[in-house]
Amino acid sequence: MQIELHTPITDEEVLQLQVGDTVILTGIIVTGRDAAHRWLYKNFCDPSGDPSTEDQKCFEELKSYLHQGVIYHCGPVVSGVDVRQYHFLAAGPTTSIRQEPYQADIMRLFDLKGVIGKGGMGKTTLEYCQKSPAVYFHAIGGAAVLIARSVKEVLGVYKLEWGVPEAMWVIRVEQLPVIVTMDAHGTSLHEQIAETSKKALDHLIGRNA
Amino acid sequence: MKKDLTREICELIRITSTDLPEPVEKRLRSALSREVPGSAAYEALRTILENVDLARKNSIPVCQDTGVPVFYVRFPLTMNMVDIEKQIRDAVALATRESYLRPNAVDPLTGTNSGNNLGNAYFPSIHYQQMESDELTIDLILKGGGCENVGFQYSLPDERFKAGRDLEGVRKAALDAVFQAQGQGCSPGFLGVAIGGDRETSYAASKEAFLRDLNDQNPDLHLRMLEAQITNEANQLGIGPMGFGGKSTILETKINAIHRLPACYFVTVSYMCWAFRRRRMRVAGDVVYYE
Repeated sequence: MQIELHTPITDEEVLQLQVGDTVILTGIIVTGRDAAHRWLYKNFCDPSGDPSTEDQKCFEELKSYLHQGVIYHCGPVVSGVDVRQYHFLAAGPTTSIRQEPYQADIMRLFDLKGVIGKGGMGKTTLEYCQKSPAVYFHAIGGAAVLIARSVKEVLGVYKLEWGVPEAMWVIRVEQLPVIVTMDAHGTSLHEQIAETSKKALDHLIGRNA
Repeated sequence: MKKDLTREICELIRITSTDLPEPVEKRLRSALSREVPGSAAYEALRTILENVDLARKNSIPVCQDTGVPVFYVRFPLTMNMVDIEKQIRDAVALATRESYLRPNAVDPLTGTNSGNNLGNAYFPSIHYQQMESDELTIDLILKGGGCENVGFQYSLPDERFKAGRDLEGVRKAALDAVFQAQGQGCSPGFLGVAIGGDRETSYAASKEAFLRDLNDQNPDLHLRMLEAQITNEANQLGIGPMGFGGKSTILETKINAIHRLPACYFVTVSYMCWAFRRRRMRVAGDVVYYE
């Protein structure tokens, strides 16, 4: 099924989504990958976190974009960085599984309704998706130019000192196509494929034969 | 030969990053024809092909992860390495300024991104070979971090899947690597496999396998058969484009066999994503050719 969604997303909208659905996403989303997840976790999830005033301010501003919103695992190619006239040129997803240790906590922190990435995520994230509810959206890995074209505006950037790929870019997207591969009903396409391919592998290498 | 080739090398980087080689695109088209129209696998491949076309037409990187630029330089006796290295590094910084490369060089201790893709002597990666020829040849491979993370090195025998020190063991190791990668290396991908060497040369040789012509034939009959078998069986795993399930998981396997130590039998599998970015420039006299 093909469904159009706007950020922020409601629980009702999330619950209607099933693995395999195509979602056409419009609205404000924020990019965040390894450095962002680690920073958010260390400062705002870990009980021993002690954020600076500046970090706290940055966090409050991010909240206004991410509350019931969507985070995108992406490290883009951006032109115009030196003159602050940002333009997204190439912006495909990065591998999501690296954020597995942090993802559920980060989702709880903002009450995120969706995560966009590639390759899928693990059990902890899937369980959180079911509890919250929330979903995992799969973008096409390497479809960088196409995805960048759906980025209509760069509203701002946080933590640019981490470098262009790791910075948190606030972007407005229009008609970004993604596929639901982990839904709020406990189904993960990635788990299914891992299982069936494991059986095929065992057969091919003569294990359990 | 022209003294300063910085501009020409920057052009090599631009072409590599934005214009996917025709044989690679052909494989992707043929993969599309094998999937069921309307399936997630079909849609993924269709999107990929549309993206390849857009990138080429607009001269924009095919993928945002432009990797570590890996250069293979074969240079004539009349040239020196110091000059070439400087020109390559200048060209990399220039191509980054022109947005053909994403700034990717990160200091592992401080986390600071150098901003221009220049790190220490290892970044960009440059391999040299001096040749008794008048021509300069530079091959460039851009390989992103997603597929770099799913490369594996096995030391045979491997008890986990009863892989011994023979080609049957190599086959099992390669299939295990494809299974481990699932869709995370941006399948459908390409395998570069090295048999033998020490840990370092085995990794290097697995990547050099990507320098072979996609449509060439391995001169060794046994390896040629094994390459076809690994590709065929990897596709029976059903991982498919992006790991969505489907018929195409691996589009080609290339094997490089190099001498090993009596005590070691390494099998190294490098995984190249569908965005197999590789180009060559040849400089003969004052003329520069791009292939």
